[in-house]
Amino acid sequence: MTAFVSLSGVTKTFRGRAGDVTALSDVDLTVTAGEFVTLIGPSGCGKSTLLRVVADLTAPTAGTVTVNGKTARQARLDQDYGIAFQQAGLMDWRTVVRNVELPLELRGWDRRRRRERALELLELVGLPDFAGARPAELSGGMQQRVAIARALATGPKLLLMDEPFGALDEMTRERLQAELARIARESGATVVFVTHSIPEAVYLSDRVVVMSPRPGRVAAVVAVALGERTDDTREAPEFFAKVTEVREALRGRAPVERR
Amino acid sequence: MTGRAARIGIPVVFGVLFLVAWQAIVVGNDIKPYLLPKPTAIWAQITANIDDILKTARVTGTNALAGLVAGAVLGILAALVASRFRVVDSLLVPLAAAVNAMPIIALAPIFNTMFSTTSAVPRRLVVTLVVFFPLFVNALRGLRQVEPIHRELLDSYAAGGWTFARTVRIPGALPFVFTGLRLAASLSVIAAVVAEYFGGLQNGLGTRITSAASNTAYPRAWAYVAAACALGLLFYLVATALERIATPWRTTR
Amino acid sequence: MTGVAAEPAAVTVVEGGPPPVHRGRSALGRAGWFVASVLVVCVLWEAYKVVGSPDGGSLFGARVLPRADDASMPHVWEVLRRFGRPESAATDSSSVAVAVLEAVWFTFRVAMAGLVLGVLVGIGLGMLMDRFALAERGLLPYVVLSQTVPLVALAPLVVGWGGRVHIGSMTWRPWMSVAVIAAYLAFFPVAVGVLRGLRSPSAHSVELMRSFSASWWQTFRRLRLPASVPYLIPALRLAAASAVVGAIVAEISTGIRGGIGRLVIEYSREATSDPAKVWTAFLGAALLGLVVAGLVALLDAGLARYRPAS
Repeated sequence: MTAFVSLSGVTKTFRGRAGDVTALSDVDLTVTAGEFVTLIGPSGCGKSTLLRVVADLTAPTAGTVTVNGKTARQARLDQDYGIAFQQAGLMDWRTVVRNVELPLELRGWDRRRRRERALELLELVGLPDFAGARPAELSGGMQQRVAIARALATGPKLLLMDEPFGALDEMTRERLQAELARIARESGATVVFVTHSIPEAVYLSDRVVVMSPRPGRVAAVVAVALGERTDDTREAPEFFAKVTEVREALRGRAPVERR
Repeated sequence: MTGRAARIGIPVVFGVLFLVAWQAIVVGNDIKPYLLPKPTAIWAQITANIDDILKTARVTGTNALAGLVAGAVLGILAALVASRFRVVDSLLVPLAAAVNAMPIIALAPIFNTMFSTTSAVPRRLVVTLVVFFPLFVNALRGLRQVEPIHRELLDSYAAGGWTFARTVRIPGALPFVFTGLRLAASLSVIAAVVAEYFGGLQNGLGTRITSAASNTAYPRAWAYVAAACALGLLFYLVATALERIATPWRTTR
Repeated sequence: MTGVAAEPAAVTVVEGGPPPVHRGRSALGRAGWFVASVLVVCVLWEAYKVVGSPDGGSLFGARVLPRADDASMPHVWEVLRRFGRPESAATDSSSVAVAVLEAVWFTFRVAMAGLVLGVLVGIGLGMLMDRFALAERGLLPYVVLSQTVPLVALAPLVVGWGGRVHIGSMTWRPWMSVAVIAAYLAFFPVAVGVLRGLRSPSAHSVELMRSFSASWWQTFRRLRLPASVPYLIPALRLAAASAVVGAIVAEISTGIRGGIGRLVIEYSREATSDPAKVWTAFLGAALLGLVVAGLVALLDAGLARYRPAS
């Protein structure tokens, strides 16, 4: 098993008006190729910051980040990852299919090839009939699917997802989780996923990284081996056992009551 | 009545009632034309002077259009420069706010001396100035507002300055630019008509209104006012149509 | 003539939505930059006088660049100096500065009368449209329409009222015509701003008030009115600037004396022999606009607690 993402001694300090805030303190983490890793923790534990450090959208104050054997910056320049955020962030002025095409367009794919690829991806996320629609005509869940299709467009070996289902209702959420699990398995991509939902983390992940706040650091790592995910997975006793384990890890290191 | 029928029908009913009431009040109370002429009298003047109305409307319309185009181009260019260079932004924004509070129209007689009273340039320049600021302010606001998520997304694509401008900044600014243009279209006609009150060539709608008023030919003056209104409406409708064509995603809601 | 608005909600012509986010810069800093920008304009003016041709620049037979001679473009310092010198050759003539300030004061009062009238009408109309859907559907298109057409062109016609109209024992005075035109230009932004502002509270807030079984008036007083302040201030800013433009245009077309608009016209007739003089009148008009805008800014500062924190 080779490491696809590795962080060592990563520290991130923000300068604020009321003094410096340490968002991440000496974080070490290794994600192997093809693994699905979830970062979970209360608000302010630095999980989103950690994801942004991997994406090179923000630079760490100290420590090293390696992605696909290169620096995080080089990995970004080489487009080694696809990213999705809590908001879909679609561009109102582009149709759905052209939103998915955007990263391909920027990579210089020709018109016919990128249209073909984008339609393929819309098929994958279950929206083949909405290619010509405007984002404003879509529901929140549909918009998020488009954003996922966009993240997958270049066929990246690494997927970074920052609470992509955070704003959705529970039913839509579970359906998209199942789809994401399938897509991740079929594509063999490495995934780093940020959430604050314990069942979501357990359902999706091979490993759940539990973080604690002030300063943000890794409090525990829970390995999950539930095999292929189906709807039955959510009702299996092993699933609940893992949910409990993650919950206790969250409680033990960072009491929820204190927030 | 529902939907479209109500949206058009109710204002039409109000408008017809308004005209009928106007006519009835003027006739019933024997109101003199200097105060308010009858709608029928105004209509008679419109049909009687239709050739001259069209000719003068063309002159005023050309002035408004020339100033509108010049002011819009300059305003958008200035906004592009200001969004790029901090110094220009710092200098132009407070100036724009101040100039916007000033009666620019009062420059019309001054421009007449700076250029010449026998040219349309002073009037067009007034329109240009009047149009410049709404376009500048709106375009700049549009260029500045970029959703943080779009910036992060394009950063994750390692996309640079021009790509960012082309895919995010400019399309995002378009609705603002067209809002400014829609406003400016109405302003341009108003400014072009009013600028004629300050002297200069005697060939536009504004000069016809003043000369009719000073000859106490009130229904005729109202006829030219009605023509100016129609011209303003035309500009507004064309700008609205352009807005719909250029920003189709805004009309799908 | 002063509609600077950013409002991609694309329904009306007036500035809408919560006010623009001011960037973190102090009022003092902005004033400093404003002074700097005025200096830049003056320097460009003088620079053009150095490089420009005294006969201007022509393109296809039309002069598109102004004449750069002293008669067309007086030096900046000539204009400033002109303020201190007498208005005319008559022995008892006061200085231009005094004449301009007196004219500004005259127009200021008329514009304020128009503004107050316009704001009252605007608020009434806005509340009417908020309360009655039929009024909104029937009137709003015309209210919007009235701003797209140059109805200010009516100014020369309203003049005819002077001295001929009697309302009870009051005779219609010419300055009232001017105020009416100023009011006409001012009412619209207020009407639309009031309508949008009164509608701005979310459905949640309205339902909350209903759960308290609050009356229409209580809901208006405690919810809708405070919520409309952020919409009213930009509307008022537009209305104030429009009232100034309306007053000046009306003065010119009515020919009434004493105001700054009239002074611009009078001084422009002397422009060939005394080019700096007309600029003093224009600077007076500009000052008037700034003073009125400043008053709105003061009001804005006074109502700051109703604004959403940025």
